[in-house]
Amino acid sequence: MADLSVNIAGVEFSNPIIAASGTIGFGHEYGELYPLSVFGGISCKGTTLEERLGNPPPRIAETSMGMLNAVGLQNPGAEHFINVELPWLKKQNTVIIANAAGSTENDYCKITELLSDTDVDMIELNISCPNVKAGGAQFGKSPQSVEKITSAVRKYCKKPLIIKLSPNVSDITEVARAAECAGADAVSLINTLTGMRIDINTRRPIIKNVTGGMSGPAVFPVAVRMVYQVKKAVKIPVIGLGGISTWQDAVEMMMAGADAIQIGTVLFTDPYAPIKISEGLHGWLDTHEMKSVTELTGTVITD
Amino acid sequence: MKFDVQDCTLVGKYRLTPTIYDFRLKNSQLAEITKPGQFTHVLIPGKTLRRPVSVCDVEGDIIRIVFEIRGDGTRILSECEVGSVINIIAPLGNGFNIPKDKKTVFIGGGIGVPPMLYCAEQAGSNSVVINGFRDKSAVILSEDFKKTGCRLIETTDNGTYGINGFVTDPLKEIIDDIDVIFACGPTPMLKNISILAKAHNKPCFVSLEQRMACGIGACLGCAVGIKKSDGSITYKHVCKDGPVFNSEEVDW
Repeated sequence: MADLSVNIAGVEFSNPIIAASGTIGFGHEYGELYPLSVFGGISCKGTTLEERLGNPPPRIAETSMGMLNAVGLQNPGAEHFINVELPWLKKQNTVIIANAAGSTENDYCKITELLSDTDVDMIELNISCPNVKAGGAQFGKSPQSVEKITSAVRKYCKKPLIIKLSPNVSDITEVARAAECAGADAVSLINTLTGMRIDINTRRPIIKNVTGGMSGPAVFPVAVRMVYQVKKAVKIPVIGLGGISTWQDAVEMMMAGADAIQIGTVLFTDPYAPIKISEGLHGWLDTHEMKSVTELTGTVITD
Repeated sequence: MKFDVQDCTLVGKYRLTPTIYDFRLKNSQLAEITKPGQFTHVLIPGKTLRRPVSVCDVEGDIIRIVFEIRGDGTRILSECEVGSVINIIAPLGNGFNIPKDKKTVFIGGGIGVPPMLYCAEQAGSNSVVINGFRDKSAVILSEDFKKTGCRLIETTDNGTYGINGFVTDPLKEIIDDIDVIFACGPTPMLKNISILAKAHNKPCFVSLEQRMACGIGACLGCAVGIKKSDGSITYKHVCKDGPVFNSEEVDW
């Protein structure tokens, strides 16, 4: 059987499938169904210094082959994450990535400093959440702002640092380069695309927040394109996500340039997706007589 | 096993009204652990999100779900034929904790009626069921509720069947005589029942609905406002903390 392990910024993952932040909480629920070690890693729910209540409901709307969400970073705060969630997560035999969020540059620096002194394996900087009024995506919208926040956080970050990029920008390669120049160890993309649905009977937005982040199979081609472009623009590892729902999607995303992938929305459709994707990857690699999943990365032929 | 994702066989399909369907799903493992007031999260072919559907009843290895066509997803579900395989996550949610020795009233409104059937079956014959419907054409499950042995009261908003009025009308007449209220239905109905319960100092538990994604408590999508003891509002989640909440805690 082929080797599914990948190394991202010095961190060894048993397979390239990472649970995307915001879709798996802190792992307890999906952990009822299977050992969390089916994932190479888990990117935990976006965590802020203090507890956040999140946005008023409704927070969810379905779209054609996808969905919108505006949960708004509801989370129990850094202290709870570090003292309650992390000790349990560290026993799950999977890479633990903390997803750090905030409203100000100072918030991002502080939470990164706090998380750096814990057992988390990596820190993913969430500068691309479209559902909060302050912070979030505002830091991820331009190369200048990404460079500024990444540089600031880098000083406090003792762990490998992943910058999670927003697709809601004019040129994602510029933003990725800015993150790399400022000291990011890897980039992950794409966060959700800002979207909106209206209930035609009430003439009101379905989501109380009016807009939400779109995810699911419908965004997959956009994600593949952006990963393809970013891989050519940077030297640091690229984690590809956005609408991956089958093992074929996983192969495609890696061919586009991803060194690892994240899955999220598909968990809602099929909680057992990580196991099926893993099996599918093994099958593909064996059929094509490839020894390692890393041989797939960036192998798209464009001539 | 608390819950699992499993295939069921659709072994019975009945059309109760032009828009309401009664499905019998065969799966002994899931049926065995399903309690009243819990729900199933049903995979819809071609859809990203599953649809939460409450459990109407459990008979042996059959989970019975009754749902209304509300949109595209439930329409696709309604087109499944007997013999087809339906994938569900179940059983989900906390369910109703039904006391055996209390005089209980179970109140259902519209498509909130089905989950009260499995509840009423657990209660003693000194309990009461009040089911409310829009009009005569929307009335469902009358015969099933009669078999529970509970006293059955039915209302319609326009008086075309049963008592003319809302479920709260007969509730007002019996409320002093009962110990606890369980209800499922439209939010305005639940709110009015909650007000009545508080005025008469009766415990009241309501089953709530919200747009849902994961169904198991991971994504935090299906939030409802809940009052904390200090009066401030927090968000809990229908899928894991609910769907049943103490009505006094709900931020109506």
